Amino acid sequence: MSTEMGRKWIVATTSLAGCFGCHMSLLDIDEKIFELVKIVEFNKSPFDDTKEFSMECDIGLVEGGCCNSDNVRVLRLFRKHCKILISVGQCAITGGLPAMRNGIPVKELFQESYCNNLTLANSLIPNDEELPLLLDRIYPCHEVVQVDGFLPGCPPRADLLWEALNLLIAGKSLGKISMKNVKYD
Amino acid sequence: MISPEMRLQIAEIVTQYHFEQTELLAVLSAVQKKWRFISADMIAVIAEEMDLPVVHVEGTASFYHFFSTQHAGKYTVYINQSATAEMAGLKEIIYAFESELGITIGDNSSDNQIGLRTTSCIGMADQEPAILINGTVFTSITPSRVSELVAGMKSNSLVRDLVRIPLEAQKCYPTLHTEVRNNIRLKGPVFFCDYIPGIALKKAMELGSLDVIEWIKKSGLRGRGGAGFPTGQKWASCLASESDQRFVICNGDEGEPGTFKDRVLLTELPEMIFEGMTLAGYSVEAKEGILYLRAEYSYLREHLEVLLESMRSRHLLGRRILGTRFSFDIRIKEGAGAYICGEESALIESAEGKRGQPRNRPPFPVTSGYLRRPTVVNNPETLGCALRIILNGPEWFRSLGTPASAGVKLLSIAGDCRMPGIYEIEWGKTIREILDLCGADRTLAVQIGGPSGTCISEKEFDRRICYSDLSTGGAFTVFSRDRDLLSIVHNYMKFFRDESCGFCVPCRAGNVLLVKALEKIMSGNGTLTDLDKIQELGIMVKKTSRCGLGQTSPHPLLSTLNSFSEIYRDIVRKDVDYLSQFNLESAVEDS
Amino acid sequence: MEQSYIQITIDGREIMAKEGQSIVEAARDHGVVIPTLCDFKSLPPAGTCRVCMVQIGGRIVPGCTTPVSFGMVILNDTDDLRNLRKGLIEMLFVEGNHMCPTCEKSGNCELQNLAYQYGMLVPRFPFLFPHRKIESHLPHLLIEHNRCIQCLRCVRGVKAKDGHEIFGFIQRGINIRVTIDSTDPDALTEETAQKAMDICPVGALIKKKTGFKLPIGKRRYDVNGNG
Repeated sequence: MSTEMGRKWIVATTSLAGCFGCHMSLLDIDEKIFELVKIVEFNKSPFDDTKEFSMECDIGLVEGGCCNSDNVRVLRLFRKHCKILISVGQCAITGGLPAMRNGIPVKELFQESYCNNLTLANSLIPNDEELPLLLDRIYPCHEVVQVDGFLPGCPPRADLLWEALNLLIAGKSLGKISMKNVKYD
Repeated sequence: MISPEMRLQIAEIVTQYHFEQTELLAVLSAVQKKWRFISADMIAVIAEEMDLPVVHVEGTASFYHFFSTQHAGKYTVYINQSATAEMAGLKEIIYAFESELGITIGDNSSDNQIGLRTTSCIGMADQEPAILINGTVFTSITPSRVSELVAGMKSNSLVRDLVRIPLEAQKCYPTLHTEVRNNIRLKGPVFFCDYIPGIALKKAMELGSLDVIEWIKKSGLRGRGGAGFPTGQKWASCLASESDQRFVICNGDEGEPGTFKDRVLLTELPEMIFEGMTLAGYSVEAKEGILYLRAEYSYLREHLEVLLESMRSRHLLGRRILGTRFSFDIRIKEGAGAYICGEESALIESAEGKRGQPRNRPPFPVTSGYLRRPTVVNNPETLGCALRIILNGPEWFRSLGTPASAGVKLLSIAGDCRMPGIYEIEWGKTIREILDLCGADRTLAVQIGGPSGTCISEKEFDRRICYSDLSTGGAFTVFSRDRDLLSIVHNYMKFFRDESCGFCVPCRAGNVLLVKALEKIMSGNGTLTDLDKIQELGIMVKKTSRCGLGQTSPHPLLSTLNSFSEIYRDIVRKDVDYLSQFNLESAVEDS
Repeated sequence: MEQSYIQITIDGREIMAKEGQSIVEAARDHGVVIPTLCDFKSLPPAGTCRVCMVQIGGRIVPGCTTPVSFGMVILNDTDDLRNLRKGLIEMLFVEGNHMCPTCEKSGNCELQNLAYQYGMLVPRFPFLFPHRKIESHLPHLLIEHNRCIQCLRCVRGVKAKDGHEIFGFIQRGINIRVTIDSTDPDALTEETAQKAMDICPVGALIKKKTGFKLPIGKRRYDVNGNG
């Protein structure tokens, strides 16, 4: 695998309303990780703990959907700074498990989590300015910004992620991805 | 739990309908009427008494709009929300009801005295806004009339006493107690001219069954409900199907928004329609006829029953008709609020006391229809035409209209024109000629054949009403240049979404998605890509749906995207190909 | 009566079909794959899912409810049909809440497998996220309405011991739901619950107390699927 640009591909990753399982899956490509670091440099990613974008990126990999205002902010930043934006995993694509709350009013959710919950010492709905605001439902990423590709799975299989990165770096679209690695579970 | 007394009363109702499973709708209607709701417990009792599976009764009860599990109010007000009602001031009427009663649509007043609901087109497009109160129609409603009606309901008046009958109607229809006007604007040679009962039937019997069918074939008569299937061929196929029993059904489930001609026919010329049914019965060797009457027209029920009785006493119906060996009788079955029952196989299911879901075809009703017997299902207007063909001959009928579209068509004209009402025209008239007739000017668009038909713009006003150009079941709705066409399309699409039976995927989900997609466009967040997506989805729903409803439901969108593309192009953003409908402010509102 | 055969053509291949068969049955007999979802073995066809749409002349018809007729020329594998079928599958995914990662049927699910076959990465339509309930009152069966595709297989194929109908359809339009006779909870035995789960193409009918016997990754379509 080589990069045609003559430089490394800059990749940003993040987990919004996700569990970091998709990130784990990317680490699950075994020895191919050595090849990966030869051609890819991470920027704004938990992999190298860069918190802010310091340059424009070629590829953005987004795990998780949007459940609060901060997810929306980060997702919009990703759209702004990444040439190709990919929704990775069921949560980013369909809302996933967090979307099981869709249809339940926010007030009831707060009530259940912070007041009725038996494990709580005091019931109090957090209300700090610093906290991001909960959205009325989970939004899949492509309902908030334009998304260029989708890699389903919970998590997406490591082979799928590897194949997808190879396709993108070769300048091809994900429409060509082989379905044998695609699973929704 | 249910009281022993109630159980007994339900059993009485079931007995009244002879424990017939095909009378389930009538039983449910009677229960709904008496108690104002049908609870799960009541359903269980009905199932037990009628020896039906509980899920069958529950399935049927929950299918129809006019049955409810919750109390619907001692007086249930159904406000018609069709596009023509919207044009005639629906908003003000809803506001008037809501503020008079202090409740919103869908609720009951606290004492369950009055329930407020909306409903799909009730066939009064020429006298909107119109409403139903416990099955009685009130038309041309104004906010001050709303106050009167509310006062009447609050003081426990009989609904009957709230009706204001126009003077001219009182004399003509002693058996009718309604404020519905007929608005016959243009009379023609088939319907609104001399009619003497019995002559056509006598002549048919002289001709013999095969010659009658031959005459109908020769006349070129095609179904007037909208699909345009050749009537003679339908009758011939039914007669050719081996069976011990055959049926004739008159499809009085006129639900296409904007049409009301069957209402007028059943008010003015029911005897002609019944004789037409008898004539069809004679031709296909059927002994039983059913008039399936939509629930919205139940105010005509008594009027029609009295007439049927009179026809029996005159030997035009019943045993040994006109002294011959031919026997035929007609009974009326009422619907309970479902547009889909206008589709002939859904109508048959409904008449059998089931959910009004269309059947898979083949087999067609002519070979396997009501109770799986060969059945002819015809529109009232078709039956009337057939009768006139027997009276005047097929050549005479062919001389009317155009070579490919013989005879006349009843148009239900409504919307922005000075003379809404019924027009009996010969096939082949141009849209422009008809617009002149009904006094429409500054016309932006005409919806031909209702929402499932075509919406045309001024450029196409020289097109003709005929099977080969603009085929129609009769609705002709005019929109002036002051109208917002997108909101009309929106109304129509919501209609299909709500009236889909839900049986097949594309119609069930596709229509919801089409409404959503249109709402995105209307919110200003649409792009040209979104328009392409609507087109693609619309065609998908059309191609893959199971019956005529889904096969035509995308028409309001597809047809206006074609004729009025500029309206859509004006409202979408052309500089981007993706726009999100996501709004952070409204999404965090509850947080 | 002697069985008579008639000749039909599917994608150019000539087939001798039994008279009275549906297009889907004839194709199946000869190893031609027409995708199906609501169709099930010996049950009468329902025609709810529409994924078996095939083309005859200019018309698109469902293969499960259309009987074969002499000389019928059928197109099955065309771009247009593939797109229509994929669209129908996508409609099913957005009209319900199909959370494959949490579903006991994942890997054994016919809807999921069809979506793999038709290359669905994301449905082209917006998710509707309907609010649907889960019925857990029965001793042997869980009804997960979020996953139900209203195919009617259970309504057609699962009856009580004495033969009476226990599954039915209620409501209409987008609110249409499968329901079970709640007046007689004993009508549904453990055996019937297993039958219901087996007949359900998705994870809407789940027999209680048997979760995840076979791990994900080793299931029917994980091993033999086209995905």
